[in-house]
Amino acid sequence: MKRLSLVALVLSLASAFVFLLAGAMLELGPAAIDLRAPVAAHLAESGVTHPVTAVLLNYRGYDTLLEIAVLLLALLAILAVVGEAPVSPSRAAHPVLQALARLAVPLMIVVAVYLLWAGAFRPGGAFQAGAVLAAAAVLLHLVGLQPGWSQLRLRLRIGLAAGFALFLAVAAGLLTQGSLLQYPPAAAGALILLIESGLTVSLALILAGLFLFLSREAGA
Amino acid sequence: MSDPLYDPLVWLILLPLAWATLAFVLGPGHGAWPAIAGLTAQWGLAFDLAQKVGSGGAANHVVGGWGAPLGIDLAVDGLSAAMLLLTQTVALPLAIYARSYFKSDDPAGTWFWPLTGFLIAGLNALFVSVDLFNLYVTLELVGLAAVGLVAAGGGAQQVAAALRYLFATLVGSGAYLLGVALIYGAYGTVSIATLLPLVTNDSPRLVWIAGGLMVAGLMLKTALFPFHFWLPPAHGGAPAPVSALLSALVVKASFYLILRLWLGPLQTVLPAFAWLLALLGAAAIFWGSWQAIRAVKLKRLIAYSTVAQLGYLFLIFPLLAAHGALQAGVMQIFAHGLAKAGMFAAAGVLIKATGQDTVAGLAGAVERLPVTMFAFGLAGMTLMGLPPSSGFLAKWLIIEAALAHGHWIIAVVVLAGGLLAAVYVLRVLRQAFLLTPASATLTPVPRMLEWSAFALAAASVLLGLRGVELMQLLGAMA
Amino acid sequence: MSTGFVFALAGAALFALGVAGVVLIGHLLRRILAFNLMGSGAFLVLVGLAQRQDVADPVPQAMVLTGIVVAVAATALALALVRKLHALTGQLELPDDVDE
Repeated sequence: MKRLSLVALVLSLASAFVFLLAGAMLELGPAAIDLRAPVAAHLAESGVTHPVTAVLLNYRGYDTLLEIAVLLLALLAILAVVGEAPVSPSRAAHPVLQALARLAVPLMIVVAVYLLWAGAFRPGGAFQAGAVLAAAAVLLHLVGLQPGWSQLRLRLRIGLAAGFALFLAVAAGLLTQGSLLQYPPAAAGALILLIESGLTVSLALILAGLFLFLSREAGA
Repeated sequence: MSDPLYDPLVWLILLPLAWATLAFVLGPGHGAWPAIAGLTAQWGLAFDLAQKVGSGGAANHVVGGWGAPLGIDLAVDGLSAAMLLLTQTVALPLAIYARSYFKSDDPAGTWFWPLTGFLIAGLNALFVSVDLFNLYVTLELVGLAAVGLVAAGGGAQQVAAALRYLFATLVGSGAYLLGVALIYGAYGTVSIATLLPLVTNDSPRLVWIAGGLMVAGLMLKTALFPFHFWLPPAHGGAPAPVSALLSALVVKASFYLILRLWLGPLQTVLPAFAWLLALLGAAAIFWGSWQAIRAVKLKRLIAYSTVAQLGYLFLIFPLLAAHGALQAGVMQIFAHGLAKAGMFAAAGVLIKATGQDTVAGLAGAVERLPVTMFAFGLAGMTLMGLPPSSGFLAKWLIIEAALAHGHWIIAVVVLAGGLLAAVYVLRVLRQAFLLTPASATLTPVPRMLEWSAFALAAASVLLGLRGVELMQLLGAMA
Repeated sequence: MSTGFVFALAGAALFALGVAGVVLIGHLLRRILAFNLMGSGAFLVLVGLAQRQDVADPVPQAMVLTGIVVAVAATALALALVRKLHALTGQLELPDDVDE
C-alpha cells in the first residue's frame, strides 16, 4: 500500500507539474531578444556558412570545448570503474554478416569524411562524422572482425586525447588574438576545419571505446 | 596589465584541462607530478586574481571576442574570486596527500589524476562562467568527474553509492537544464548579464517555474535535506582524498550557483522561497547531526556532518537583504571546506593505520597517531564553532545578521547546531583517548599524509584570525 | 497552435514522465532509459519553445547538440556502472544502503 501511495503521489505531482507548465508556456509573449539576427550578421566572418556550425564552433565554441572534455572524462571514468579484465575472444558471426560488414565499413568511412567536410555549409561536422566512424568500429566488433579493447597502449591514449588537446592548443594559441577562441576572420574556416578533423578522430575513438572497453564476457 | 596572453581567469581553466590530458596520456597511475605542479601554478593565479579583484573590482573575459548574448562571457567578482581561491587552496594539499595515499597497485588510484584534473577544471570553469547554458556543461563536467572518482576501483557498495549519486546528480542537472530552456524560451538569451534587467516582478509565470526548477535541481546536487540521501554512502564510501574533494568543494559549487542566481538574474523571483530554504537548512542541521551521532563508521559520521554543515549555508537566505549575511555564508563555505577536507584526510590516515573503519576501532589513536588526532581535533573545533576558528567567525556572522533582522530563531538553530556538532566530534575524540587494546596493530603511514591533513585543519582554524581580508575581497561584489 | 508549441508541450510531458521513472522504477536499465527520456524532454522544450513562432533558431539547436553529447557521456558512465554492479552482485537494482 505504501508503494502504491508513493506511485500515486509522484504521478499526480508530475501531471500537476505538466499542466502548470503547459499553461505557463501558452501565455508567453514574444521573446525580448532574437539571436538570429546577430548570428546571420556575423556569419561571413565566422569561417563557415551554416549557422548551427557557426554557433557550435565559433560563437559558442567554448561550450564545445568543455563538452569534449565531458566525453573524454566519461571514458576515463569508465576505465576507472571497469579496471583490468580479460577481454572476451571475439565470436565470429555468420559469414554473410561478415561480408556485409566488410562492404559497409569502407562506405561508412567515406560518409564520415563527407560529413566532416560538409559541416561547414550543411548539417554535419565533427560529431556526426565521429559517430559514424564509431558505429563502423562497433559493427566490426559485433560481427567478430574487431576484438574488444583490453589494453590501453600509448598509441590509443594519444589518439583518444589528441583531438581535445589540439582544440585546447588552438584555443590557447588564439589568446594572442585578444581572447580565448578568437578566430581571425581570414583563417577561421581553416582553423575550424583543422579542429574538426582532430575532433573527428578522437570522437570516433572515444565513442568506439565507450562500447569496446565494456565489451567483455558476462561476469567481467 | 591587459596582456591578453596572461589572463589568470582563462588559465585557471586551461591549465587543469592541460595537465589532466597529460596525466591521461602518461598512463594509469601516473600524473601526480604534473598535477601538483599545475595546482601550485593555479594557486598563484587564483591569489593574483583575488588581489586584482579585491583592489580594482571585477575582471572579465569575452570569449571569442563576440560578447554576450551571442557569445559566452566569463566574469569574476568577489564571490567567484573567493571560491576560486578556496578550490585551489584545498586541492593542492589534497593532491600532495593523495600522492602518498594511493599505493602503486591501488585500482582507485589508477586514474585519480586525470579525473581530478577534469574535476578542478570543471569547478574553476563553473566559478567564472556567467552564461546559464555554459554553467550546465560545467555542472555536468563536475558531476561526472565526481561520480567517476567515487566509483573508481570500488566494490559493490562503492559502485552502488556511485550509481545513486549519478542518478541524483543527473536529475538535478536535468531540472536545471529545463529551467534554462524555459528562460531561453521566455527571453531569447541565456547570458546572466543580459537577463539582469529583463527579469522583473511582472515576469511571466514561466520564469517562476524556471527559477523553482533550477533551484530544486541545484538543491538536489547540494544534498540539501530532504535530497541528501545520496551523500552519506557516496562520501562515506569513497577513498579519503576523494571524500575530501567532494565534501569540501563539489557540493559547494552547486550552492554557489544558487547564490549566483539568487543575487543575479532571478533576484526578483527567488526570494519568495527564502524561508522554505531556511527551514530545510534547519532540518538538515538537526537530521544530519543526529545521524552523525548515531553513525557506526567513521567516514559515514563525517559525511553526515557534511549534510548538517551544509544546512548552515541555507539559513542565510532570509537574511540576504543585508551584506553581512553573504559574508557569513562565504566564511562558512571556507571554514567547512578546509575543516572537512582536513577531517577526511585525517580519517583516511586513521583507517589506513588501524586497519579498521569504525568509530569504535579508534581506541588508542591519540597515543599512536598524535598528529593526526590533533588535526582531527582542530577540524572539529571549526565545525563546532569554537573561537578563534573560522567556523566560530562564520557562525558569529550568521547570528549577528539574524539578530539584526530580528529573526532570533535562526540564531537559536545555529547555536543548537554547534552543540550537536560538539556531541559527534567529542564522540570520536573520546574514543581516540581510550587506551590502546592489546590486540591492536599499527601500519606505518607516510609522514606526508599526517602533515597535509594537519595543514588543512590548521588552516581552517587560522583563517578565523585573518577573516578580515576575506571580507574585504567579498566587498568587491557589485 | 504552432509546431513549436506542440514540441514544447510534448517535451514537458516527457520530462515529467522521465523524472517519475527515475524516481519510481527500481530496475536500473529502465531508470537509465527514463533519464534519457527526461533529457530528450528538456531538449524538446529548449528547441520547441524557442521556435514557437515557427522560425528556425540556430542557437538552441547548437545547445541541444551539446546536450545530446553530454547525455551520451552520462548514459555511457551509468551503463558501465550498472554492468559492474551486475558483475559484482548479480543484481540489477540498487541494494539498500546500510551503515554497519
